[in-house]
Amino acid sequence: MAQSFTLAVDGTTRTIVVDDPDMPLLYALRDDLGLNNPRFGCGLGQCGACTVHIDGRPSRSCITPLSAIGDSKITTLAGLGTPEHPHPIQKAWLDEQVSQCAYCINGWIMTAAALLDEKPHPTDKEIVDVLSTLICRCGTHGAAIRAVKRAAQAA
Amino acid sequence: MTIALSRRAFISSTGALVVALASPDWADAAASDQPAAARSLKPDQLDSYIAIDRDGVVTAYYGKIDGGQGLGTSIPQMVAEELDVPLERVQLVIGDTGRTVDMGGASAATGVSRAGMNLRRMAAQARKLLIEKAAEKLGVPAERLAISAGVIHDSADPAKAVSYAALIGGQAFDSAVKWNGKLGNTLAVSGDTKIKAPKDFKVIGTSPPRRDLPGKVFGTLEMAADVRLPGMLHARMIRPKIAGAVPIAVDESSIADIPGAQVVHIKDFLAVVAEKEWNAVRAAQKLKVTWSESNPNFPGTEGLHDYIRKAPIIKRVIQMQSGDFDDGIKQAARIIEGEYEFPTQSHSSTGPACGVADYRDGGCTIYSSTQKPHYAVHGVAELLDLPPEKVRTIWMFGTGSYGRNDQGDATADAAVLSKHLGRPVRVQYMRYEGIAWDPKGTASVNRSKVGLDASGTVIAYESISKAFSRLNVQTSEGRAADVLAGHLLGFPLKPEQSFEIPVASYTFAHQRRGWEIVPPLMDRASPMRTSHLRDPYGPPILFGSESFMDEVAAATNTDPVDFRLRYLTDPRDRDAVRIAAEHYGWDKRPSPRPDAKSADVATGRGIAFRRHFTTYVALIAEVRVHRKTGVIEPIRYVCAHDVGLIINPATLRQVIDRQLVYGTSRTFFEELRFDKNMVTSVDWLTYPVLFADFPLPQIDIVLIERPEEAPSGAAEMALGLVPAAVGNAVFDATGVRLRRVPFTPERVKAALEKA
Ligand code: FES
Ligand code: FES
Repeated sequence: MAQSFTLAVDGTTRTIVVDDPDMPLLYALRDDLGLNNPRFGCGLGQCGACTVHIDGRPSRSCITPLSAIGDSKITTLAGLGTPEHPHPIQKAWLDEQVSQCAYCINGWIMTAAALLDEKPHPTDKEIVDVLSTLICRCGTHGAAIRAVKRAAQAA
Repeated sequence: MTIALSRRAFISSTGALVVALASPDWADAAASDQPAAARSLKPDQLDSYIAIDRDGVVTAYYGKIDGGQGLGTSIPQMVAEELDVPLERVQLVIGDTGRTVDMGGASAATGVSRAGMNLRRMAAQARKLLIEKAAEKLGVPAERLAISAGVIHDSADPAKAVSYAALIGGQAFDSAVKWNGKLGNTLAVSGDTKIKAPKDFKVIGTSPPRRDLPGKVFGTLEMAADVRLPGMLHARMIRPKIAGAVPIAVDESSIADIPGAQVVHIKDFLAVVAEKEWNAVRAAQKLKVTWSESNPNFPGTEGLHDYIRKAPIIKRVIQMQSGDFDDGIKQAARIIEGEYEFPTQSHSSTGPACGVADYRDGGCTIYSSTQKPHYAVHGVAELLDLPPEKVRTIWMFGTGSYGRNDQGDATADAAVLSKHLGRPVRVQYMRYEGIAWDPKGTASVNRSKVGLDASGTVIAYESISKAFSRLNVQTSEGRAADVLAGHLLGFPLKPEQSFEIPVASYTFAHQRRGWEIVPPLMDRASPMRTSHLRDPYGPPILFGSESFMDEVAAATNTDPVDFRLRYLTDPRDRDAVRIAAEHYGWDKRPSPRPDAKSADVATGRGIAFRRHFTTYVALIAEVRVHRKTGVIEPIRYVCAHDVGLIINPATLRQVIDRQLVYGTSRTFFEELRFDKNMVTSVDWLTYPVLFADFPLPQIDIVLIERPEEAPSGAAEMALGLVPAAVGNAVFDATGVRLRRVPFTPERVKAALEKA
């Protein structure tokens, strides 16, 4: 049954019509709203490539049905910061030159950003704990941890 | 694709630098725009490689790709250096087969050493022609001319000046260059002028930040998976649950309630398409298919190495021989033998492959993050029965691909579907396809043997690896025979039989190094087909050969570093080993350490060395072994790394650091699981990889600088040493030799208990 949803994404509100209310948010963001940065990595909630913030919490959009969003506010990587006003974690990511291909980057940056927003000075264990459910097949794990520590120190 | 260069920086026609270089604005090219027009691409023409526009912006055309390892930055550095322009004024067109000469794609880490050097020589040639033009225009002898920031001036009278833009802006050089007649990796072009000497470098050797990163960090860079073409359909492939089964009946009514869903069934090729992506996903889940009987009878993960040992040999090649091994071993006072097993591993890229194809007007355009866009042209042309000139691949950034991953298969599927449906089609593989169905890195059994004379000197050395071919399907999607679609559509198969031998830098009187190939587990459309996985034969062979070197060192009571230095003669080989040991603070003594048997938690250090082409790498690992649990914690890696000339030290360090972490994943975690019917590793729960909670070692990278030597590659040379370096460190700590990768706690514990 076609159904319409109104989504508040990166500060703008748009209405979409979908065939399945249980369609994961990822497909709405990518296909209906044309937002590229949340990426398909597994569709199973196992890798983080599709991570966005839903009301500030890092959420895996590939397993979040549209019907569960309500009027929550969604932020994607493109809505997190800009070159002029980067989120501290984005700045640290550039300073540390973390990524290689960056296909995984939404998971790492959005997860780390949510941690720092909630807790500007996390312990090393807290950093590793939140990052340890994210896939990166280019081996940027160590660099990512260094970047989060750098951002935390700068805070 | 091109990362477009801001035109804020330009030079007036009088040659004065009018606008200072504001922070360059690296915007990504909008993929959904019409692709830039294809250009004429004669490999023996300078214009095929370098262009200078009216604003003085230099464009270099790079026929390989940038997999996220910094080539998109270091190649422009090489061009800027030779042309004497600020780096900001060089842009790079990457991997678009309509605009770049075929330079072979990403393979064997030749981005800098081959394609980069070609572009560097072309830039030098362009500079030479510009000087000639300036000499004529200014009436000043060429020897008196100097260049600064793309402006040529009379060194005796700097007011006499002319810019590149004024000399050539927007026009062709129309100048022939020497071409060796080859395309691909071995293409070589040169002009009739010299490239700069290291003493004159201004840009090479510096570390500007990566150009692709801002777009990635701010979520604005488009990747191949983001291409949306008007009228594009979304597709999902339908794969059997048992390898080798083919669809014999498809119940289209099973997806009748999904809007727009449609089945495409051509021979054994089966897909669903829909206007909306989610509907294609749902249709793929719901489609009812009757499959043929199949009985692959795979040996399964646990039985694989015994299977390889017993399997018939379909090709045996002694690739390197010196002296007479049989004779040498007869003279030996003592013989040592060792056997090492390496598992099957999957590329399992973070993003399963995604390809977009647009077939129209008797031609096809492909959008893909493939490593080998130029090969994709030929594979797609064969599949669609088109002349290659009618196929164009537009390369775009995408998921990291390190070898022949699933990308070429997805591209081919999209092309087949687009031709069949007459509409652009985007094929996105699901997670299981990216692990269970990608071409695999082969498992192997490596057997080594040495003979020692009475003094303990190695006089005979043999290393034989038995494995599946690394070319069961080719390392690119360049032929229909090399992609799943070709297999499913009945194209003839063209497997080749090949493996490799370990680095031959050790000198022993009598040597024999070779390999033996066993038949593939399944011929056609096999989820176990083998091809190149990052550092295609490094980890399997070096785990065997460099662990065994250590075994012999221990058997002769020799320090492992001394042992290697005793048999290495090339100064660059020796330096890598020596410098790693020095930096680490290597304590000279034989392994294992004297108290190896006693402690519950034991520490040890191990070294492994290789030369790969002209890259020289030594890796020392220090580990802590927990005897009770079998857990190995790497504490520190020291990697001495010699690539000859270094273009960008920072990106080089990053590439080495990231690949050592990736190599750690392959050493500690990765083993493809499969049973008698099918691959059972289908996701991140069933294909274990390294996560951030693994205790990563401190990684010290020592770059050995050799500016006078030609630059070599770095993208995969260090990772192959991780299994042996760690295994040797475990031996040092415990006296127990690990003979099978991955080093899971259960396996390590069992090995420790058995000892
Ligand atoms: S794509 Fe959502 S967690 Fe992997
Ligand atoms: S940087 Fe490539 S997957 Fe993380």
